[in-house]
Amino acid sequence: MLKKLLEINNISKSYPGVVANELINMNIKEGEIHAVLGENGAGKSTLVKIIYGLVQPDDGSMMFNGKAYAPEEPRFARNSGVAMVFQHFSLFEALTVAENVSLGMEKPPSAKELSKSILKISEEYGLPLDPNRLVGTLSAGERQRVEIVRCLLQNPRLLIMDEPTSVLTPQEVEILFETLRKLASEGTSILYISHKLEEIRTLCHEATILRQGQVVATCDPTKKSARELAEMMVGSSLTAPARGKVSLGKPLLEIINLDLRSTDQFGTSLNKISLTLHKNEILGIGGVAGNGQDELLAALSGEYICASNSIKLNNIAIGNLSPNKRRSMGILAAPEERLGHAAAPDMSLVENTLLTARVRQGLSKNGFINWNKTNEFAKKIIKQFDVRTPGPNSIARSLSGGNLQKFVIGREILQAPEVLIVNQPTWGVDAAAAADIRQAIMDLATNGAGIIVISQDLDELLEISDNFAALNSGNLSKPKSTKDLSMDEIGLMMAGNAIKNDTPLEGTRH
Amino acid sequence: MNGRTIPRIMWLIINLFSISLVKRSEPSKTWTALTPLLAVIFTMIAGGLLFMILGKDPFLALRVMFWDPIFGEMSFYFRPQLLIKAAPLILIALGLSICFRAGIWNIGAEGQYIIGAICGASVALAFYPYESVFIFPLMILVGGIGGWVWAMIPALLRTKFNTNEILVSLMLVYVAEQILNSLAIGLLRNPEGNGFPGSRNLQDYASASNHEIWVGTGAHWGVVLALGFAVGFYILLNQHLLGFQTKLTGQSPRAAKFSGISPNFLIVICLGLSGMLAGLAGLFEVSGPSGQITIGFNVGYGFTAIIVAFLGRLNPLGIVLAGLLMALTYIGGELAQMQLGLPAAAIQAFQGMLLFFLLALDVLSNYRFNFRFRKAS
Repeated sequence: MLKKLLEINNISKSYPGVVANELINMNIKEGEIHAVLGENGAGKSTLVKIIYGLVQPDDGSMMFNGKAYAPEEPRFARNSGVAMVFQHFSLFEALTVAENVSLGMEKPPSAKELSKSILKISEEYGLPLDPNRLVGTLSAGERQRVEIVRCLLQNPRLLIMDEPTSVLTPQEVEILFETLRKLASEGTSILYISHKLEEIRTLCHEATILRQGQVVATCDPTKKSARELAEMMVGSSLTAPARGKVSLGKPLLEIINLDLRSTDQFGTSLNKISLTLHKNEILGIGGVAGNGQDELLAALSGEYICASNSIKLNNIAIGNLSPNKRRSMGILAAPEERLGHAAAPDMSLVENTLLTARVRQGLSKNGFINWNKTNEFAKKIIKQFDVRTPGPNSIARSLSGGNLQKFVIGREILQAPEVLIVNQPTWGVDAAAAADIRQAIMDLATNGAGIIVISQDLDELLEISDNFAALNSGNLSKPKSTKDLSMDEIGLMMAGNAIKNDTPLEGTRH
Repeated sequence: MNGRTIPRIMWLIINLFSISLVKRSEPSKTWTALTPLLAVIFTMIAGGLLFMILGKDPFLALRVMFWDPIFGEMSFYFRPQLLIKAAPLILIALGLSICFRAGIWNIGAEGQYIIGAICGASVALAFYPYESVFIFPLMILVGGIGGWVWAMIPALLRTKFNTNEILVSLMLVYVAEQILNSLAIGLLRNPEGNGFPGSRNLQDYASASNHEIWVGTGAHWGVVLALGFAVGFYILLNQHLLGFQTKLTGQSPRAAKFSGISPNFLIVICLGLSGMLAGLAGLFEVSGPSGQITIGFNVGYGFTAIIVAFLGRLNPLGIVLAGLLMALTYIGGELAQMQLGLPAAAIQAFQGMLLFFLLALDVLSNYRFNFRFRKAS
């Protein structure tokens, strides 16, 4: 039997109002890839932060490599041999790879030696990386490599990876998995945090499943089906969203050579995007974050104005119309960022109802607001979309991510749109709420609306969409029928001109 | 016990606890309502200490400042003064509140106030000595437009060139002051004034004078209009789309844009409205209590109104109360100056402390303190 590297005994941690971790017990063996699986809010992050010394537990103890282990700060954790790759990178875009790595070290070696060791490690583990490239010119996958190499330089005994694949294309995921398997075979333990079931089934040796702060099961994920894992995670049986057979109707929304210069320095410009959306159609748009998703939604919702002929609804040019004009014509949208974009965090659900529903629901007259009617509509959204909240006067940020998302999607769907554009409809939403939202989107399409779902969750897109296209640096691939697509094809569509991107373009440097 | 023992013991006690701020899931309604009151109490305590250091009896000083003007034997004189001083503060602060709600920082109400006064007074001086009932309404109109125009400068510079409205509006205050000074000794100078700076006194010109409506109350047209606007703004903010749009833009600009609100439209509307109200305040002042355009006509109402707006929680009814309180510090401060020989700067220090405490205590409506004993390490 393998030696235990990390033992977690009865760890508990509570925050005011929530118990994040309750009597967690878990063992990680040497050379094991150990998954921690759970929905958002199940306590994964808190547990990992405790192991990495970012948070101190209220109770319980840990043993690392046979010794008592209670890191007060990440520094102590690193000195003991624990390293972590965060979901959000902390890299300076204006510095080179080597400079970024050296900034994270307590006693950095000389630049030349460092470059050498970066090259050595990147070759050894199949993580191609040029130490002298500026981080600003790297793709998300390459940036993650920088973070991994930075960790590996410390010769960690335990490597923590927090949702590492959320920014990667399928091909990049394969490369990452190869690296992780090699590391494990050499005796490094890996703690792998994710909510993606298929990944865990292909990669991990052992899985600890958290629900509401408690360990509900420990199992060998390779011996369970994705469905069994999901049900353990959610604690109830799930019904997969389903949709009756529909054939696509007449063309509804046409985008013709849509160009949009991004005004934001770190934004992505859209280049000659063209697509046709039909009645009853769900068009899925995939792609790695930051390839123009936000901009595409903004161009369609009317937040960005573009050439009037580049967007047509029922053959009427609408590219230069304001958001409210578009709403009155039937185009509604739900942006990705719930707090601060789709909803105002410190305003009540009633006020947030007014935010987009005013025009179509006639919630104002001569400039005066009909609060009664607004209140009624808010209550209707809450009821029909099962939004868990004390009432319509609660402020938006007091709701959990899943509940607020149900509210935001419900607000648009109940206005009976002709065309609905949603970006990341189930991001950070628990599985049950995600299933409800997908079902509602499919029902809307069955009833005749055309829907564009922008998402980074490929499984989601494959499950619900009729056609699939991918965004890559502001270019949209030609939509293809989802049925006939293989994972490899999707990867190539997402990577688009990945080969071109590897040679840095002069214009992309800031 | 030597002098360093007490700080040392305090340091040790502080170190027993760890104090941290924890964000509340919803802003506390109790604290939001309570903070202005607490800020007033804290200001009184700190102000009392300040007076003590100055060698005055703190209780006497506070009584002279806050009690005597309202309830003392001279209150028949001071109560009308209270309204006269509060009216411009309330008018300006109402306008500022709608800007501040939308996250538009108009710091230049003082300048808009001056220009409003100049424009309104110019109308009167142009008609002098012709008498007509239309003169005063025309002055109100032109005074409001004057303030509006002055506020349009930062508004248009912001919308066209994305300049910072804080800097532009503030610097325009100094421009307005120079215009005021130049006119007081030049174009608008009283030809019968024996060469002294300053225009004719409008109080002596029946058609242009903003006299008391009810004798002895101090209530001139500006007071009535200030209260009227307060009610109007209350309805505007709670029932009208513009109120919703300003709140949304101030709290969440991106959501506002998604909702279909044009930020530039809102900048023009809000700055225009607040400039107009400041201009009206200036007009009522120059045609009433002050009477003439002269050097030093402006006494800082435009800046004090910023405190009034925040002290009143950017809420119209709160602003009325805050305006009265701030007027009281002016009158009480002057009284304390005369009776106790307190320096004039003490009043400003007092007003400053009020804003300071208010902003500091504001933290409590969104955060709460988390005290806990430090574990021995």
